[in-house]
Amino acid sequence: MTTATIETPARTASKPKVILCEGNEAAALGVALARPDMVAVYPITPQSSLVEHVAKLIADGRMDADIVDAEGEHSVLSVLQGAALAGARTYTATCGPGLAFMFEPYFRTSGMRLPIVMTIVTRDGITPQSVWGGHQDAMTVREVGWVQLYCETVQEVLDTTIMAFKIAEHHDVMLPVNICLDGNYLSYGASRVELPDQAEVDAFMGAKDVNWHVALDPLRPMAVDPLTGGSGGKGPSTFVRYRKGQCKGMQNALRVITEVHEQWAQRFGRRFAPLVEEYRLDDADYAIMTLGSMSGAAKDAIDEARDAGKRVGLIKLKTFSPFPVDALLESLGKIRALGVVDRSVGFRWNCGPMFQETMGALYRLGRHVPATSFIGGLAGADLTIPHFHRVIDATEQLLSNPAPTEPVWLNERD
Amino acid sequence: MTRHHRYPAFDLVKANVPDDLCPVATDMSPMLPGDWRSMRPIVDRDKCVKCAVCWLYCPVQCVEEHAAWFDFNLNTCKGCGICANECPQRAITMIEEAQ
Repeated sequence: MTTATIETPARTASKPKVILCEGNEAAALGVALARPDMVAVYPITPQSSLVEHVAKLIADGRMDADIVDAEGEHSVLSVLQGAALAGARTYTATCGPGLAFMFEPYFRTSGMRLPIVMTIVTRDGITPQSVWGGHQDAMTVREVGWVQLYCETVQEVLDTTIMAFKIAEHHDVMLPVNICLDGNYLSYGASRVELPDQAEVDAFMGAKDVNWHVALDPLRPMAVDPLTGGSGGKGPSTFVRYRKGQCKGMQNALRVITEVHEQWAQRFGRRFAPLVEEYRLDDADYAIMTLGSMSGAAKDAIDEARDAGKRVGLIKLKTFSPFPVDALLESLGKIRALGVVDRSVGFRWNCGPMFQETMGALYRLGRHVPATSFIGGLAGADLTIPHFHRVIDATEQLLSNPAPTEPVWLNERD
Repeated sequence: MTRHHRYPAFDLVKANVPDDLCPVATDMSPMLPGDWRSMRPIVDRDKCVKCAVCWLYCPVQCVEEHAAWFDFNLNTCKGCGICANECPQRAITMIEEAQ
């Protein structure tokens, strides 16, 4: 077991090593730099190569962690709960059906305030049977009290993986964190990556303190997660107290995510928008909104549209849970029409989930902003620059025409 | 009078742990497993040979030793019936609490 040592922060980070790697390998290298004590895994496409990289790093002696090859995802997360209660820094990764199988301990993890970090290499929901990317799996569990951060690039995957541990273990947060990286497009997308220096990461992380609030420890005897609630005695008020505390932790996370991203930028020189990113938005009449790896093609389309004289900008979410309402309202306040592109489906509202949540935020704006839901990139389908030109053109129409009540399906005729 | 000695309670306040994080308990619960029992074990004293198999198997350690037979602390017995199933002498019968 390795405990990170606190060193005097070096103002200028030493020269990073530059490598070429895929998103799944970048995530594994980020995990190794964060020095978890315990990793539990079960492979599933498109996550498999990620946990294979982690297993190899451990086997090669480049990562000092115990690894449990469990018999299924339910056990994977249960193993990590026990390890976290014993004071270990813990990590796993999954997606799609694996995440579904994990659901029971997944809910309990956030309720027990265990700072477990888990990558979701996002995959579309089955059925129809498919093994390709899409945000449906992560979106399905967006209401279960985990922090969820979506990455745009391979470098952001590596950096966010390390930051995730610091956010999760912050005493004002104490919540599990998902790093969501797009299956196929980021998991297998190779790109140039700067690998931070281990000593720098150790100094950034500080001392590990995982089970100060709940523990399986003979020196601190306590019953963990006893029966709470019901209609009698102190049951109702006790249950409410813990639920409120969980909601408070989620709200605190918005501040801590921002702080940790700032600390990262100070030390390593790479700045990522922690909650909401604005791209060419300041003088825009209207905007499109994106999430994850699709944002690259979307920004290229925005540049071309700007060259053609269109006053359009882009809003990208990084933090989806907790939903950054205040930060998003600052961006939404600048525009008069909005097109929201989702890589998943909200079955209940016949629109994308990010569109639905943004509608909730818009209610607080106090001004009507017409908006359209665009759904694309399902089950591995590509979202290209021409797709985003369609989104931009249809959103521009909202400035003069009524908004459609149906979503626009971007890959319908591909 | 309790049969078990009390562990020193972990003081959450002294440890500066907020009371709205993970649900934990450091006080003994006044609720005992006997509160939710629907069946209870009855010992046939003529058949009991004090082999202690019930004592060994009881998951809540509610078996009490008497001079000539074993019996059960009904405050802690949850009525699972493992003792009746395991008793080599068939000396234990589970009966409905309503009886």
